[in-house]
Amino acid sequence: MKSKEILKILHPTIEIFYAFFSIFILIFLLLYLSDANFSLAFKGFVNSSIGGRNNAYLFSTFSKMALISGMAIAALVAFRGGLFNIGGEGQLVVGGFACAFTGLLVSDFGFIGILISIVSGMLAGATWALLSGFLTVYMGVPLLVGSLLLNYPARFITSYLVSHPFRDVQSGLPQTFLLSKNIWLPYFPNTRLDLGILIIFFVYVICLIIFYNTKHGYHSKNMGHSLSYVKLSGLPTKKIVFNTLALSGAIAGIVGSIAVLGIHHRFTDGMLVQPLYAWTGIIAALLVNLNLWFVPLAGFFFAAIYTGAAGMERIAQVPKEIATVIQAVIILFVVGKLGSLTNLSSSKGDKDD
Amino acid sequence: MTEIFDPEFFSSIARLTTPILLAALGGSICHRAGIFNIGLEGFILLGAFMAVLGSFFANSAFVGALTAVFGGLFLSIIFAEFHLRRKGDPIVISIAINILALGLSTYLLRSIFKVSGVFSHPEIEKIPHIQLPIIENVKILDLLINDQSILFYLSIVIVFILHYFLKYHKFGLWIRVVGENPEVLKSSGINPVRIKFLVLLLCGLLCGLAGAQLSISNVGLFVENMSAGRGWIAVVAVLLCGGRPIPLFLLIILFGLVDSLSLRIQGLGLPQQITELLPYIVCLAVLIIVSYKKLRTFSRIIY
Repeated sequence: MKSKEILKILHPTIEIFYAFFSIFILIFLLLYLSDANFSLAFKGFVNSSIGGRNNAYLFSTFSKMALISGMAIAALVAFRGGLFNIGGEGQLVVGGFACAFTGLLVSDFGFIGILISIVSGMLAGATWALLSGFLTVYMGVPLLVGSLLLNYPARFITSYLVSHPFRDVQSGLPQTFLLSKNIWLPYFPNTRLDLGILIIFFVYVICLIIFYNTKHGYHSKNMGHSLSYVKLSGLPTKKIVFNTLALSGAIAGIVGSIAVLGIHHRFTDGMLVQPLYAWTGIIAALLVNLNLWFVPLAGFFFAAIYTGAAGMERIAQVPKEIATVIQAVIILFVVGKLGSLTNLSSSKGDKDD
Repeated sequence: MTEIFDPEFFSSIARLTTPILLAALGGSICHRAGIFNIGLEGFILLGAFMAVLGSFFANSAFVGALTAVFGGLFLSIIFAEFHLRRKGDPIVISIAINILALGLSTYLLRSIFKVSGVFSHPEIEKIPHIQLPIIENVKILDLLINDQSILFYLSIVIVFILHYFLKYHKFGLWIRVVGENPEVLKSSGINPVRIKFLVLLLCGLLCGLAGAQLSISNVGLFVENMSAGRGWIAVVAVLLCGGRPIPLFLLIILFGLVDSLSLRIQGLGLPQQITELLPYIVCLAVLIIVSYKKLRTFSRIIY
């Protein structure tokens, strides 16, 4: 009996050790498979996630953090309302393309041009999210698969648009023309870090206000807890669904716009899909158990893993996909705490029958 | 029209249907056992990579298929550990497994074979194809189902076995009961968790074979993110059919048909992105039609 009680008290600690131990064994195995020099790999990882000359790598971590946190907020907004919108990828891509397209048209307006293109990115992202909302509410399609399947049209249509009608043929790649310099997001003085992170911080604050100080945030949270309660209270559930999804999609669109205006300055086919920004965002939102306050931390954590792994590839020839593997394993170990999500999704008919 | 409907078109239907069918069969038993497994994409992807790995190093398609199955079982065990033992959310685990398989297959591709993007090698042995002399005289059957890989015939057989198995066999009954009400099974002295674990292993096995069909049946190469949404199409098919094997089979033949059609109409000068989009559009359209019908008949208005 005694030993059982002690085990019970120690259980969380053992769990944490178990998780860390497994992750370390996994990293060790993966590094061993790629014949890496361990100390070199470790040095490369630390140096390029938070170090570098004039902190250059730290700033690149920050710029990745902006995108990942943004996508995490977009996912979190929907999940919090019990809406399993995993179509963030499509919303991100559509937003990014719309922003690049408008950016080319309004490149003479300077600051106002930046605003217009970001707004158009927002609108495109929100439209794409509303489309999946429409399918869910009026057609009875489960949001989980509906939003996911809309990723593919978004990806292929933008891919078509940038490789045929709007292609910069001379660059040789499927991408749009380079935006003119006066519509790029300005950099922080003496760095290569653009102002995108400030915009994401602004979005973060707005979302905090919406979550904790507005009627919509309150209703949306209640819907996440219990749909039938919200329905029985006579609240307009459809309106809440559409508002929540529009907010989620608009944030994804902003993230796409920042990637276009701040980092790449054009829309290249696959530039937002390949780094798995949307999926990393979803994972980051789940890592913090849908608590908005900690999203920047999770975003920084995952961004640091990404840039660290990129550094490891440069220095020790370890493929950078190790970051993706580590993220997946981390979320697997965190996932045991999230039993409530199933209840949310099954009550919405996602589980079918 | 003759450009589209040439012999190559008919023989590609079976080839393209098989991976989706095998994966969807795996998904359907999970569905019947009440496990919401939407990680089929990851299962297929890792299976495809492991098939190439095994076939390359052992120079044998059988070993390739075997390693592919091991890849699927590996993910099944991970799924079971985190879903059954640690009571994790199946949707989140599925998302994590998709990402894990994508990362792992790309990582291993680059660290073992030292290439990125595509790996192909003449030493990758392909799954043998079977000639059926009986149907050689019937032109349409000969075009459609003759000279296909073993896995195609296997998958057709599995459809019917699974149908009878779920309907009449004792173990099939247990699987259905686990899905409907695990407490009933518990009270009759059978551990529902054990049944679920076996179901997950079976799903991993089938999805591994699906991956093998994808990578070493016709082409003998592995491409990064090779499954390219096929797992999701399988998930949608499973959801639409409620996990019943026979309707699933018919629906997936439709998807396979569209898939091979999209390959053929590329020759007509349509841009590649639009033709690649076609299977997803059809999938979405079927999903919308069926869901809308369900909504109207059962008036299951959610919001």
